Amino acid sequence: MTNRVSYTLESTLESVNQVEQKASEVAAGAGLAEDEQYQVAMAVREAAVNAVLHGNAYDPGKRFVVAYETTSESLVITITDQGKGLDPESLPDPLAPDNLMKGSGRGIFLIRAFMDEVKIRNKNPGTEVTLIKHTGRNAANAK
Amino acid sequence: MSMKATNRQVDGVAVVDMSGRIILGEGSVVLRDTIRDLIGKGNKKILLNLGDVTYIDSSGIGELVSAFTAVRREGGELKLLNLTKKVHDLLQITKLYTVFDIKDDEATAIKAFGK
Repeated sequence: MTNRVSYTLESTLESVNQVEQKASEVAAGAGLAEDEQYQVAMAVREAAVNAVLHGNAYDPGKRFVVAYETTSESLVITITDQGKGLDPESLPDPLAPDNLMKGSGRGIFLIRAFMDEVKIRNKNPGTEVTLIKHTGRNAANAK
Repeated sequence: MSMKATNRQVDGVAVVDMSGRIILGEGSVVLRDTIRDLIGKGNKKILLNLGDVTYIDSSGIGELVSAFTAVRREGGELKLLNLTKKVHDLLQITKLYTVFDIKDDEATAIKAFGK
């Protein structure tokens, strides 16, 4: 069985906090352990920050959409903005010696560290980021 | 929970007790303003007590790095105290754990600052 819910939000930090809170609730509902709930919530927060800050650039005329989908096997969260698009290949490696002491550029890196799968699609315009956490193992344990 | 930072002086070291979430927006601004203020007042030894910091996002990590480099640029030292497991893990993932001087005990941390 698949449950899917989606929200269209204003490009504000308040929306980011709402998205993070909802991600935490959905992750808990999907049977993920507390550590994994934190990881999912943080990854979603980072993706939402990217949508609001880098994608929509706080433009009050632009929205971003967050969809949460749970199946028996996984939790899939998709964040789509209306910005100018993002080329994932162009992202610098935050662990490279030259970048280690930079004050930014760690968001996508953390998302990838915390999720099982991450897909970034340039929609021209806009960016769609899909975050996947496998839940099958946890769901089985929870029974 | 909003971010709070309170300062105290211990043996010539500015100890900043922080609590809450260091995240994009208010939390990061509080940290930035606190460090800027301390540097402006001539403090060159700064110990950030993160014991009550419940959460840091990538923006907060960036703000910690910026604080570290800002203090160092002035010829000072910034150390971190009492990391929670989550913050500890984040600094390990981002390879910053070895960059920062991290202490678990305040007295030891104070003594570790150069004279």
